Amino acid sequence: MERPALEALQLKRLRETVRRLERVPFYRGKLAAAKLTPDTINCAADLRRLPFTTASDLRENYPDGLLAVPREEVLRLHTSSGTTGKPKALFFSRRDVDNAAELIARAFCMTGVTRRDVFQNMMTYGLFTGGLVMHYGAEKVGCMVIPSGPGTSERQLMLMQDFGTTVVHITPSYAFYFADFLEKRGINPRKDLSLRKAFVGAEPYTEETRRKIEAALGIDVYNSYGLTEMNGPGVAFECEGKCGMHLWEDSYVLEIINPATGATLDDGQTGELVLTSVNREAMPLLRYRTRDLTSIIPEPCACGRTHRRIQRIAGRSDDMLIVRGVNIFPQQIERVLMAIPQVGRNYLIQLEGLDEMTIKVELSPATFDGQVGHLTQLQNEVVEKLRAELFVRPSVELVAPGSLPVAEGKAKRVIDKRSL
Amino acid sequence: MNTVKLVAVFAENRPGQVARITEVLARANINIRCIIVASTGNCGIMKVLVNNPDLACRSLKDAGFAATQTDVVAVEMPDKPGALHSVAQCLATYDINLCNTSGFAANDRAILVLEVEDPAQAGEVLKKHGLHVLTQEETLAI
Repeated sequence: MERPALEALQLKRLRETVRRLERVPFYRGKLAAAKLTPDTINCAADLRRLPFTTASDLRENYPDGLLAVPREEVLRLHTSSGTTGKPKALFFSRRDVDNAAELIARAFCMTGVTRRDVFQNMMTYGLFTGGLVMHYGAEKVGCMVIPSGPGTSERQLMLMQDFGTTVVHITPSYAFYFADFLEKRGINPRKDLSLRKAFVGAEPYTEETRRKIEAALGIDVYNSYGLTEMNGPGVAFECEGKCGMHLWEDSYVLEIINPATGATLDDGQTGELVLTSVNREAMPLLRYRTRDLTSIIPEPCACGRTHRRIQRIAGRSDDMLIVRGVNIFPQQIERVLMAIPQVGRNYLIQLEGLDEMTIKVELSPATFDGQVGHLTQLQNEVVEKLRAELFVRPSVELVAPGSLPVAEGKAKRVIDKRSL
Repeated sequence: MNTVKLVAVFAENRPGQVARITEVLARANINIRCIIVASTGNCGIMKVLVNNPDLACRSLKDAGFAATQTDVVAVEMPDKPGALHSVAQCLATYDINLCNTSGFAANDRAILVLEVEDPAQAGEVLKKHGLHVLTQEETLAI
């Protein structure tokens, strides 16, 4: 779709969304104060006259304060994962379920997945969108879907072997864990399995991690981005170019803001992603602060798609650690560690006492040579490279491969026990 | 040149870590003839001379340990004062650095285990000096 046509479609849907939200008390007053009606809104940038919608707005309006359709129109409920207190509830109408599947199907086709593929969804089913939403998308493509859920690695492997799985959906930490499991079982995924591709998401990860997973499993790894509040997975996906994720602009209006001031940032500048869902019926959200940090890639993609791309998520604005007065994102640490070949697959950031940062780093069994001197050298190298990146000197402890906890869902990489 | 294979395994420097390793070796029915632990800060490397280094190494790897095999020189010395000095002096003359050294005396024999950059070269030098450099089999037979 050419850019002008895409923008016209986006505006048409934005107007429909505004019309729908005039019925929702939470938005009615805000739209009136900004003098926005379906007829006066002329471009996506007019949205900037509105205040942001935040995660706490969703919690305060729990369970159904933001519902934009009569209750009987709702087909499904999903909730957000991983937070304390009341979850964020998100409703889907029949059309929302179908549109969400359509966006996933688009992403599958974009990476060359066809109805001949066997798709094993290793994400948690249930309230988490990574299970069902992805499942419906794969069915739309016509893949044979194996709804394995996270389950045990033994069972995952059995399903892969018996049914010839070609594509999986998995978190980066479980991908590492599973690669390790295959190695221990003496299974060479290149020869013994039919795996070709993985959609890896639900946790932010780095380019180095992608390469390590690709090398360990002998597959193509595609990054995906989504959040429950915006349908779950399928908001943005990588094409075969693997260079940034196309964010479906017929369904979302994207903005990048300075998380501290709320000011809109230019394309190319890193800030917090703000999304407006323009193709949802049951619970559209205007200017929702995702807390995810990224930037818009202004250049057109070589693949020819006109939906603009966003960079790999650089972190979450609320994941930021402040250590000795310096802002640190866990992804910076991951990027440094994963670029060192002697470093294994897992790490843990511990904050203790008065701002002491210790990073536990698993040693890679593949490069271990039995020399004590090399361990000391490696430890010093990790400390120096982290210091150069973070401007804070951490302590580094080398730990045994597989000794750090691995989550089959979202990984917890930071333990903050500071007595500040 | 005769060299001896040790199995080296990474371990964290905290209680229970040697036991985790020896448990794996015991299950694989591996007999340990000599053990050396070298630590640096929070971690270290345990090296063992065993009856079946291939099996020991494989068992440890299968159990998830970072393990490998390293070549060392085992040299027999007379069990009397000054013997170690004469070996050390010989290596010093040839500018050979000892990364790690250990030794044991059993059955009236004294064996020195030398970890050096180039085990073959060290073996040649010691042989030239009239010392017996042991094979893996000879070392295990002591």
